[in-house]
Amino acid sequence: MTHATLPWVERSPDFWSRIRLQAQALLLCGGGAMLVVAVFGIALLIQGRDDGVVFWFSVPAPIAFGALLPLAVGALIAGGLIRRGWLLSLIVGGHFIAAGIVNYLILEWLKFDAYVLGILLLLVFPALGCATLLTGFLAVTFYRVFALILPRAAPILFFGGVAALLIVVPWLHALLFEFIKGLMQSELGRNEAVTFFGGGLTIAELSSISPILADRWRFLAYLLWPLQFDVVRDIVCLGGVLGFINVIPLFTIWWERKVSGRIQSRLGPMRVGGWHGWAQSFADGIKLIFKEDFVPPQGDKALFRLAPYLTFVPAVCAFIALPFATLWAFRALDVALVFILAMLGIEVVGVIIAGWASNNKWSVYGSMREACQMVSYEIPMGMALLIPVMTAGTLSLTTIVDDAHFGQTGGFWTWMVFRNPFCFAAALVYFVASLASCKRAPFDLPESESELVAGFLTEYSGFRWCLFFFAEYAAMYVVCGLCTILFFGGWSSPLPAAWALTSDSLFGRAANGVLFSGPLWFVLKSGLLLYVQIWVRWTLPRIRIDQVLYACIQVMLPLTMVLLLGNTFWILLEQQGWGWFTALTGIVNWALAAFGVIVFVVCLYWIIHGYVNNRRLVGTLAIEHLPGA
Amino acid sequence: MTIGLTHYLILSAAMFACGVMCMMLKRNAVGVLVGIELLLNAANVNFVAFARYRTGAMDGQIAAVFVILLAAAEAAIAIAIFMNFYNNAATIDVDRGATLRG
Amino acid sequence: MFEAVMFYLFGGVALVSAIGCVASSNIVRVACWLLGALGGVAGLYFLNFANLLGAIQLIVYAGGTLLLIIFGIMLTSKSPWITYNPKRWEVVTAVCVGAALFAGTAIATLSAGLKPGEAPMTANATVKQIGTELLTSYLVPFEAASVLLLAVLIGAAYLARAEKR
Repeated sequence: MTHATLPWVERSPDFWSRIRLQAQALLLCGGGAMLVVAVFGIALLIQGRDDGVVFWFSVPAPIAFGALLPLAVGALIAGGLIRRGWLLSLIVGGHFIAAGIVNYLILEWLKFDAYVLGILLLLVFPALGCATLLTGFLAVTFYRVFALILPRAAPILFFGGVAALLIVVPWLHALLFEFIKGLMQSELGRNEAVTFFGGGLTIAELSSISPILADRWRFLAYLLWPLQFDVVRDIVCLGGVLGFINVIPLFTIWWERKVSGRIQSRLGPMRVGGWHGWAQSFADGIKLIFKEDFVPPQGDKALFRLAPYLTFVPAVCAFIALPFATLWAFRALDVALVFILAMLGIEVVGVIIAGWASNNKWSVYGSMREACQMVSYEIPMGMALLIPVMTAGTLSLTTIVDDAHFGQTGGFWTWMVFRNPFCFAAALVYFVASLASCKRAPFDLPESESELVAGFLTEYSGFRWCLFFFAEYAAMYVVCGLCTILFFGGWSSPLPAAWALTSDSLFGRAANGVLFSGPLWFVLKSGLLLYVQIWVRWTLPRIRIDQVLYACIQVMLPLTMVLLLGNTFWILLEQQGWGWFTALTGIVNWALAAFGVIVFVVCLYWIIHGYVNNRRLVGTLAIEHLPGA
Repeated sequence: MTIGLTHYLILSAAMFACGVMCMMLKRNAVGVLVGIELLLNAANVNFVAFARYRTGAMDGQIAAVFVILLAAAEAAIAIAIFMNFYNNAATIDVDRGATLRG
Repeated sequence: MFEAVMFYLFGGVALVSAIGCVASSNIVRVACWLLGALGGVAGLYFLNFANLLGAIQLIVYAGGTLLLIIFGIMLTSKSPWITYNPKRWEVVTAVCVGAALFAGTAIATLSAGLKPGEAPMTANATVKQIGTELLTSYLVPFEAASVLLLAVLIGAAYLARAEKR
């Protein structure tokens, strides 16, 4: 046996089939037992009389399943393992015995509703356990079929997961939060705070609001109860934000690699996961986490460790103020725009500190360039953003989109970018400045791979490097989202919101959310802008640092000043209400909107033309048998 | 446990003392600048707290806006002076900038 | 309750960072501590119904001034590790002065007999309110500030221009 031989290769197939049989038997027995318990619980909950159900779930079930069963199982395990050594038997069996004792103490001493424990022990845990164990049994039994299905099902799972994360989960939570808020403001919530965190709803009050939550089903009230606290709602929302931030880089990095591959007549990632290498980012992430955690010994170790968080945390904080739709803002701040710009500014400090703490001349060059670049792009960027703010008259991002007078909900021709020529130019200036703010090519000087060996990232590896990338892609999404909200109508669809259904039914709300205004539109539009960023990155060469400074300070800054002044006069003339100027405004508005439509149609034509007439890429012979080639 | 004006005043006093100590202890001119920024921030905390607890109007907040503006202007001009000094004296040790002493 | 927790959190961050500014001898770390102090103070502004001020603090101080300071450090240091350890008598003097200052201010504050928990302001100062105030009651300081900024712009550009040798 050589060193290269792995130990499990030496096992015989018989051994493996025996193991498989044992696993099957164990999983099937456990799953079956749990299934029986769960079915018993469900039958009891549905069939029995009210008092009978509550009695069964409150007294025998918790005692039997919470206290006696763990004690019995623990005793059996301890007895069975005593031959292998008393320590092992004590550790494994002791867990169960301790759990039984703790459950008994909870039932006996705490003022705890035993009914909930009964539901948990007799219904929820057995159902979950049964599902898990039986899935495991199926996977072990039909492992060949599973191995075939998994790569094909995985992309569906992935994109379905993204859609669910974006649409279903926040939507349901938004409805639920609205419901709870209504309860809090009604008579029920008027009493004294019930807990440390405040909140005026008790379980009894929640149970009394509808027969669904009454006596037998009052365990559902326990699910609603925590949602009355701002802290819990914030944690749920923060979980959503963090989940979104995790999905964005994974998806965008894969997408960027595919787009860059196509632009350079390559295929991009093709292997991992099956369908077009969709799981490449996951594989990269796993690889990065297992990399060596290197800290330069001569550098400033504390600052080196701190810097990735200084970059990542502001990126998360920016999402706090970024609304995805009217009600879907973590905090609808009235100074949301300034707050987001501040967060994008603080992110830069982390980058500079990273380069400095690495104690590497390339890194220091990178961070110096970042500082130079920041000083030059931030003023044109802020001034370009001032133009839509001036037109709408507010800094609140939700108002800019939804305002009745200056909002952008009346069809695509009312979007800020088509409002007047100055706004149109400001959108272009902002887009260029936002490329610089995300360190994207052609402004990726701080991390230019070919000159500075990745600049401030040179010394970083593993998880810290990962954090920088998460922050970069999150920041890309934030600047694209800002552009969408301020110039491209935010979450309103190209159709006027006035055409939306008037009914407030569930169907009406869902249809309006999908067709006329909803986070789906916001995500789509920002995704499109994200695509343009990627496209620009792989099309244009990097420019020199003096060219960056020239472009930002000597071209864009005077341009934005002229635009700001022009916009001021335009608004002033609009407010005069002169007939000839109203006519001019209308003509300009329609001309710009028509120009936008033409650009869109031409791009669409290119896409379709390219898709229909696509030729096989040169040099793909070796990989043409791969799926999707 | 309610937080009142006194809490903010004590906090701002502590920050102010830190700023003064920072100005005294640092010999690097940028360190002295950091001390000044701390002083201005301590004063700003006072302005905002008084605006909330005493007047209930915007006056304190507007004073704080002006202080932030002045601090930014001061930092810009100070850094420019430091760079000029560094060009001439090849150091930004404030003790070396004593050439005008008679 | 919530306010007390947030006050101690943000105030603690600001104070610890301020002490860090004093105590650390490496100038880059001083700048990092300053970021903590500025962030803590911004949190206190948010707590005191000054949303706009908090955002301005973050964008102007943490995004602008701090960057300028780090920029200054980078441009004016030969080696990255510029540390300076003050002499013992300097430390003693500074701590004495600081403690005396703090004690004096604290005693004055405590003896002023301020009533706790009395807050006339109950809602956020909106951008509109502050803007209106700036352009009505505070118009003269506002214009003076803009002239000052112009002077600073020209002065800084003049002082920091590249020497032609």
